[in-house]
Amino acid sequence: MAAQNPSTPPSSELPTVPFTQEGTELAKDTPAAPSRETTPPPLPPRPKIYGLLGDRPPTSGGLRVPSSAKRPGLQSKATTALSLGELHAQTNRDGSPASCQTRARGRSRSGSEVDDSASIRSFAPTMQADGDIESLLGEVLGDSEIQTWKIMGPQFPGGQSQGASIFGNGPEFEEAFEHEFDELTELETDGSNEELVVKQWKAKLKHFLVLSSAGKPIYSRHGDDRLISNYIGIIQTIISFYQGANDSLKGFTAGNVRFAILSKGPLNLVAISKLDESDQQLRVQLESLYMQILSTLTLPSLERMFKARASTDLRRPLQGTEILLSALADGFTRGSPSTLLSALECLKLRKSHRQVINNTLLKTRSPNLLYGLIVASGKLVSVVRPKKHSLHPGDLHLIFNMLFEAGSVKAGGGENWIPLCLPGFNNTGYLYMYVSFLNVNNTSEQVRERPSTSSGEDEVAILLISANKDGFFELKKMRDELVEQLDKNGSLAFMTAAIKRGRPSCTDIIPGTTLRHFLYKSRGNVQFTMPSFDPYFSTPIARRRLLTLYTHLHTHLHTRPTHLKIHHTTSGNCLTLAWTTPLFDLYAVAPGTTSRAALAQAANRVVQWVRREEERVFIIGGAVF
Amino acid sequence: MASRVQQGGRPGGSRFSQFKLVLLGESAVGKSSLVLRFVKDQFDDYRESTIGAAFLTQTIALDETTTVKFEIWDTAGQERYKSLAPMYYRNANCAVVVYDISQASSLDKAKAWVKELQRQANENIIIALAGNKLDLVTENPDKRAIPTADAEQYAKEAGLLFFETSAKTSENVKELFTAIAKKLPLDQGGPRNIRSGPRQGVDLRPEASSTVGASGCNC
Ligand SMILES: Nc1nc2c(ncn2[C@@H]2O[C@H](COP(=O)(O)OP(=O)(O)O)[C@@H](O)[C@H]2O)c(=O)[nH]1
Ligand SMILES: [Mg+2]
Repeated sequence: MAAQNPSTPPSSELPTVPFTQEGTELAKDTPAAPSRETTPPPLPPRPKIYGLLGDRPPTSGGLRVPSSAKRPGLQSKATTALSLGELHAQTNRDGSPASCQTRARGRSRSGSEVDDSASIRSFAPTMQADGDIESLLGEVLGDSEIQTWKIMGPQFPGGQSQGASIFGNGPEFEEAFEHEFDELTELETDGSNEELVVKQWKAKLKHFLVLSSAGKPIYSRHGDDRLISNYIGIIQTIISFYQGANDSLKGFTAGNVRFAILSKGPLNLVAISKLDESDQQLRVQLESLYMQILSTLTLPSLERMFKARASTDLRRPLQGTEILLSALADGFTRGSPSTLLSALECLKLRKSHRQVINNTLLKTRSPNLLYGLIVASGKLVSVVRPKKHSLHPGDLHLIFNMLFEAGSVKAGGGENWIPLCLPGFNNTGYLYMYVSFLNVNNTSEQVRERPSTSSGEDEVAILLISANKDGFFELKKMRDELVEQLDKNGSLAFMTAAIKRGRPSCTDIIPGTTLRHFLYKSRGNVQFTMPSFDPYFSTPIARRRLLTLYTHLHTHLHTRPTHLKIHHTTSGNCLTLAWTTPLFDLYAVAPGTTSRAALAQAANRVVQWVRREEERVFIIGGAVF
Repeated sequence: MASRVQQGGRPGGSRFSQFKLVLLGESAVGKSSLVLRFVKDQFDDYRESTIGAAFLTQTIALDETTTVKFEIWDTAGQERYKSLAPMYYRNANCAVVVYDISQASSLDKAKAWVKELQRQANENIIIALAGNKLDLVTENPDKRAIPTADAEQYAKEAGLLFFETSAKTSENVKELFTAIAKKLPLDQGGPRNIRSGPRQGVDLRPEASSTVGASGCNC
């Protein structure tokens, strides 16, 4: 069915930001901000120059974090904090942050009417023109109403206690993770090998199940119906017991396994995890699986099917999309910064180079284009979009998953025309997506005639989305022109170089730092940036461990009602920091031998680096028509 | 691989025509595999099913002066994409309807597609029926679910070209597409931009050589 003119998204969308955050996380997490949905991320306070973790307001000028000397305040804090759970609260010296944010909001509003890019900058200002500001960190802390920070000791769950059995350096976890993505042995028809298969099934660290509310299995990451029907029966019984009591069950724990349940209309989605994730994190993952189902069927058609027959077997209409669900599921099990942060990663490019790409997209834009995207090795390069429509990160995640995780589109070796519903944009109708992969290492001639199927990180995908189901040839023409011009104006070469360069390492960013890895999420831009996983987290298991650390930090930062602004933990052999401000979330990891001061200083340097590189690591605004 | 030929161009006085071809058939019978074998001479034992539809092109030389470019729509074949199918076959000059010779039900599905094409598609559309996964029965004759003679008989009655193919071993794949090319009205094959309905003048082509010749090469 044709998508009727894709309906205008709810007015809560911020037309001038390229991406919109799901939910209203911003409002929730920023107690001072009014919770009106239309509230843009607040402007940062006027630059005030504080050092990181400055426990005293500076009297003047930039209080630098000294590179070697321990800062007195910090030192004493760390010492006293050895008594666990101590909270160190600090009230801002002058004025409430609320007034500051109100001021900021007013300014960005009016900005949006004048000039788009200017307003975007004012929405998401991790960068200030003023080059003298030593520490954005300090300035935010200083203006926050309350700065709380808490030092957690080794009994933090990610440390030695409950997580240890799974996450310690135990060979058990390693063994389990190594076989996590292996197919189960086929169950013999006579059931003779059932014990073995069940053992394999139980060894999985993570399961995802989708059931109809009548208890029919729709999807299971591991194990076929015959194998899992008993378990499904039990889960279904538990869910309906609570639903019968009008008290829908969100999750429960059995041993070291957490069950999280998301009920969505006629569907129950279940995550079963030994990875020590919070219910909220698991539910974000289930939400994404649900969005994938909607993306295939649309909400009205899903509802219609179940209204017509409560016992509908959804497997048939979903046939062929199991690979997409499994690719999502495995991404979550491997650990996905993008999902954890609900944000996107962009290809780091010079601002002027991105500008040229944006302009080329605008110049070649064909009349029925809704969104155009250039994506390189899973990172966004550029976006062209109508002024009044933002992109939803959840939708983009589905698209990236389809193109870069599930192999079928790329392996098809052609250009593709894919009907899909982008539920964050409009869950009632289909859009049509033109996809073409270019191998940027080949000459453009070859690229134009025959997109390569060679897999690898060097591929660029052109995605052109329209509401017109007959638009394939129109968009193909646009793509041909776009690629020709990108080749001519050197943009393809810039992209290739950027892809080759990859992410910078921590020591590229901060020479000599002990910092091992970090995640920086710009809340206003709904984007994140991070350094290379190499050299410390090159293996899948090392990466999974890192993501588990981040998962714990994220839990602590975002579990209400504690409004932790900074959270330090010594976890295993790592010192970690999690830090949230209205502008960004930062998670950083250093070896356990690092001093808190050094980690704090490194965090400060990361923020400075992002501020300097903001228009390279993030897409600010994108190409708007 | 194949050199680029300008649309409608006639390099060196040779004939060049371009045609739209659509592949239809039940999911997992091997449509994408046939196309990939034809276009890239590749085969993949673990192929994920097609999402949406894929568009590929391949140019073949019928003889020294005649080249034919196929613009191929490889469709997904799943139920939920059914309503989109007309979009792909609407302007098609030719179609390959595929079934899996080891799956009886897949021929019924193929027959339904043939019926739909004959009713809804371009009046002069050339349809080929391909019984794929021939290698499976060569290896183990018990796996055959559809006797060659039955399918051949049906193809003859319905006026279809007929081949048993294997995308895996490439048996009869090139032959299938070549036979289609030979049946196409080469002089009229215009650029794809001419989104014409039923083309006039096609009938001028001799009808005779077609149906017979094709099933002939299978023996
Ligand atoms: N043995 C054998 N397997 C094949 C052949 N063609 C396709 N397959 C396999 O059948 C499955 C489905 O093929 P695919 O091309 O995706 O089918 P489609 O859904 O019709 O496009 C894949 O696992 C292929 O590897 C063939 O000729 N012989
Ligand atoms: Mg296919």
